[in-house]
Amino acid sequence: MSRSRFSLVRIAALVGLVLLLGACSLIGIDDAPLTTFEPKGPFAERIDNLFWPVFWIATGIFVLVEGAILVAVFLFRDRHQAKEAKQLHGSPKLEVLWTVIPALILAGVAVPTTAAVFDLTECGTDAIEIQVIGHQWWFEYHYPDADITTANVMVIPAGEEVCARMTSDDVIHNFWIPALNGKRYLIPGQTTELRLEAYEPGEYWGHCAEFCGLSHSLMRARVVALDPSAYQAWLEAQQEGAPVPEEGTPEWDGYQVFQNKGCTQCHTVRFEDDSMSLVVAEGAFNGPELTHFASRGVFAGAILPEEGQDREDALGQWLADPPNTKPGSFMPNLALTQQEIDDLIAWLESNE
Amino acid sequence: MADLAHEMDLGHPEHESTGIDNRKLGMWAFLSSEFLFFGALISNYLLYSNRAGFTGVYPSEIYDIPFTSVSSFVLLMSSLTMVLAHNALSRGDQGGTRTWLFATAALGAVFLGGQVFEFTEFITLYDMKLTTNPAASAFYLLTGFHGTHVAIGVIMLLSLWGISRRQGELSEKHGMNLELVGLYWHFVDIIWIVIFTVVYLLSVPPA
Amino acid sequence: MTATAERPTTTIFRRPSSTTGLWSWLTTVDHKRIGIMYGYAAFSFFLIGGLEALLLRIQLSQANAEFLTAGAYNALFTMHGTTMIFLFVMPASAAFMNYLLPLLIGARDVAFPRLNALSWWIFVFGAIFLYSTFFFGTSLAPVGVDGIGGIDGNLAAGGGPGTFNFLADSPDGGWFGYQPNAGPLYSAGTAMDYWALGLQIVGLASLVSSVNFVVTVLNMRAKGMRLLRMPVFAWMTTVTSFLLLFSLPIIAVALFMVTFDRQFGSLFFAATNGGDPILWQHLFWLFGHPEVYILILPAMGIVSEILPTFSRKPLFGYSAVVFAGAAIAFLGFGVWAHHMFSSGITPVAQAAFGLATMTIAIPTGIKIFNWLGTMWMGRIRLTTAMLFAIGFVAMFTIGGLSGVTHAVVPSDWQQTDTYYIVAHFHYVIFGGAIFGLFGGMYYWFPKLTGRLMNEKLGKTHFWLMLLGFNLTFAPMHWLGLQGMVRRTWKYAPETGLEPWNVAVTIGAFIIALSILVFIYNWFTSRRRGQESGLDPWDARTVEWMVPNPTPEYNFAVPPVVGSLDHFWHLKYDQDAEGRAVRKPDGDEIVARIEYEQLNPAEPIHLPNPSYFPVLVALGLPIMFYGIIYHETLWGKALIAVGAIITLGSLIGWGMEPLEEPHHVEHEDHDQVGEASFDG
Repeated sequence: MSRSRFSLVRIAALVGLVLLLGACSLIGIDDAPLTTFEPKGPFAERIDNLFWPVFWIATGIFVLVEGAILVAVFLFRDRHQAKEAKQLHGSPKLEVLWTVIPALILAGVAVPTTAAVFDLTECGTDAIEIQVIGHQWWFEYHYPDADITTANVMVIPAGEEVCARMTSDDVIHNFWIPALNGKRYLIPGQTTELRLEAYEPGEYWGHCAEFCGLSHSLMRARVVALDPSAYQAWLEAQQEGAPVPEEGTPEWDGYQVFQNKGCTQCHTVRFEDDSMSLVVAEGAFNGPELTHFASRGVFAGAILPEEGQDREDALGQWLADPPNTKPGSFMPNLALTQQEIDDLIAWLESNE
Repeated sequence: MADLAHEMDLGHPEHESTGIDNRKLGMWAFLSSEFLFFGALISNYLLYSNRAGFTGVYPSEIYDIPFTSVSSFVLLMSSLTMVLAHNALSRGDQGGTRTWLFATAALGAVFLGGQVFEFTEFITLYDMKLTTNPAASAFYLLTGFHGTHVAIGVIMLLSLWGISRRQGELSEKHGMNLELVGLYWHFVDIIWIVIFTVVYLLSVPPA
Repeated sequence: MTATAERPTTTIFRRPSSTTGLWSWLTTVDHKRIGIMYGYAAFSFFLIGGLEALLLRIQLSQANAEFLTAGAYNALFTMHGTTMIFLFVMPASAAFMNYLLPLLIGARDVAFPRLNALSWWIFVFGAIFLYSTFFFGTSLAPVGVDGIGGIDGNLAAGGGPGTFNFLADSPDGGWFGYQPNAGPLYSAGTAMDYWALGLQIVGLASLVSSVNFVVTVLNMRAKGMRLLRMPVFAWMTTVTSFLLLFSLPIIAVALFMVTFDRQFGSLFFAATNGGDPILWQHLFWLFGHPEVYILILPAMGIVSEILPTFSRKPLFGYSAVVFAGAAIAFLGFGVWAHHMFSSGITPVAQAAFGLATMTIAIPTGIKIFNWLGTMWMGRIRLTTAMLFAIGFVAMFTIGGLSGVTHAVVPSDWQQTDTYYIVAHFHYVIFGGAIFGLFGGMYYWFPKLTGRLMNEKLGKTHFWLMLLGFNLTFAPMHWLGLQGMVRRTWKYAPETGLEPWNVAVTIGAFIIALSILVFIYNWFTSRRRGQESGLDPWDARTVEWMVPNPTPEYNFAVPPVVGSLDHFWHLKYDQDAEGRAVRKPDGDEIVARIEYEQLNPAEPIHLPNPSYFPVLVALGLPIMFYGIIYHETLWGKALIAVGAIITLGSLIGWGMEPLEEPHHVEHEDHDQVGEASFDG
């Protein structure tokens, strides 16, 4: 008798441990910016509303089944009794019962699931279109109506639906902003759509979610939602070119470094005076457009600056040796001197 | 592979089994898998055969249906000669068996020759290679694997023919092998009928 | 061993005849030895795959860690998945299926013994070929982008920053090889070719096995062993074999397509030329989904054998369990795109596959409830085997429930490609299949060795493994839904993912510890374990009607089967209440069975060993090395040499005489016993 009780104690301890750990994990729910448990827009909320009922049903079944196992082991443990077990072969009634009941439960789950699939997949007709192009290892954003191109930070108006029309320049990527919606592939040669909408202004973090090569884990995303008037202002500012720096300033020196070190092979910069714009050829391999680099809170695939890192330090770290920060980076180590780096930083940070 | 013979010694009654010889059942199991192999290859071709936007020529633009009809007929006739070979063996006509085995192999070789000629035309006259576009890749992969299967069949047929010539006859064990090769050969022919219909006759280039 | 008659000399080589020593293992066609070899090889790969996992976990135990380089990390998770699925779980299941299938149906061997050996040799050569990538593979920068800006060599050689970069030149495109990332442009070099061609070879091994098992089950059952009297494991073997027959050709085509893209310039998945990367995913998952049922059904069969034995009552709902297994297999061909819900397929397709996926939960539930019903009102003996079987039911249920949450399609858009999925499949493959396999090892250990594994050590193994397993994989549900994506080398500290990652890593090391306990138990019990006798578990099925360790000839007298659980019914009657009552002469019956089986009345013909399976198999990796290096002269030569070896050996096989006698005389039974578990 004591032996079976002891095993029961062990089992109970195990279950208790798991539950305790589970409970602990609820602490810190706010400290996970990529969490799916805090929907911040209608689409993520619809998904959240689908998940929880199914989760609780699953939990109920879990309790039933695991409970039955524990009870069976406890009640029917061989205690060296004289009588053997009844040699039951089965019960057609039970078979029907435990076929039909799960089928009914699943049918109940299937209906809202199917409805949500149809509701959530296709963009609304009034949605604002933003094109997303996936690259190894950063996201490019093009706003067709305003004809602006930016990178790493997708700015959207709060409270309005955005339709992300997405493709990739190289391999399959997966765009995911957990607080706003589920994820969707970016496929080279094809276009996919993802509905995004944030209720409130704020910052929403994301990540590439399809293995895309060496720096897949360093391909992150940021969505910044602005209230509609701020969004308009942002659009207008982005449509302006960057100012041409004054000669003799550090910004001017940085601008010279930019042209002399081959950066123009991949990075487009549009100036207020469009005749001076440095534009990468259409269809050629490209890096992020730097016209308004300083207006973006994160760079290098949204991984820099790291938490608590000074922005200029981060930029210096990046420019000194990109492949060392981002393995496989196509931006090479150009063996820049510290002076060249400082000048570049000055110039880049002036492109607001 | 004829270890069933040993099992039969041990009083292993037929009524518990399917009544089909182990080796034949095994060949059927293998062929069922091969159906899916070619199914995947054919589906692959169908998906690409009329997809718009490829550079280079599409296979369905350059088929020579009359020529391929003739080589299909040749392959079809080889199934007939295969049946005749099997028939001859059941009658105990070893010489006839050899003749029809050789004929089957020869017809198969003619078919293969036709494939080689056809592909050479595609490459030299129309510049359609494996690397031209996905439709071409799919075409060559499918027909290439089919051709490989035919070639392996021809080798097996010639082996049986050779064994029969050397030993003067096909023993019971090799007789079963003839049946197995026959099953395989008919399968290869059926697949070709599907390919000819679906790939050559029915597929069209994009509008 | 005394051979008796003359050997005909119609061939170049006589058929080999040794029964001991290395040569006998190279030429064996005995299903039991083949099963044992499969088992040791599979377990070795389990250890290798486990080491790979431990390295991954060390890297992930700290945010922004650089213990491994990114290149090494990507290679390790690719090889971890590939190894565990193709080189551990599948061959471990094959080990059980090979060893047990003939015994379970009352046969002497499988239908095609040499083909059986062939499948083993193809597997082991394929596995070695795949792993030789660690030495020969190369992983280069994407084609066409090196030298951007006129600067060469800008792309970090190896894998970038980090302490350990070894293995960075191994396959690193993921076990799923998504295109075009794992194609010629973005995974330049030879590493992914080793991956594709290695999988091609091991796939062939499984195909050959399945043909064998299907014919064996259909044609070689003992008298009275009707299909619906077969043990469930025999049924699951059959269903798994059909799954393999129908799913392997699809992956074979897909792997040929990717090999042709990589080696010969075809354009199947070249997105820039109109190729469709999603086509790869469809083909891969058309195989990949049935594959997961291939991984789980044999273990479900094992559990269906263990639970009744240690509950001392029949499997509840035998027919339901069998038909549910078949239903799962059939439905399993219709759900593949549930791995692709976020890939941009149409809403109609998503809804259809979501519904189909939910449907599979029904037969799965049927099996779980029937297992519960088996235990209910039983007389349960908690041996280690039983603990693992119960553990299977408990853990697989959790994995199955998280699987149902994936079927809620929009919810899956959040879950897919995160650690939530990693949690799901480890619960079903590890908590399910692997627990089942361990249960089977403890259960059938006596058949191999004539001894019992140590129960105390076994229970230590179980509890440590249960603890470690749950500590490793339960937090992953949480991590995934908190935003941790898969295949991620690094994560930032501000994501809040670190604390649970530490717990996961600790759990992984606990699992490793439990495995050490198991290994110690295995090897000491083999030598010094308590002798088991014929029927240590008071079992129900006919494989326990032969002495332990199993004689080379299996059954001296094949059983004549009167019912399901034939052995049990020889030993037990039922009283008025339906309770089992041991027959008064039960012990005598068992003793008589043992005597009969140890003393065959007449000489038994066994299939002769053969050289040719090894030789046929040997040609394949040689050819495939040649394909990888086909642009060189020696590569072309290798293709020719490999083809000649394979073809020539096939011809030799066909010409080989069947009649070289290999009798087992009854006075040799002691030597026979040794031969069965030698090595």
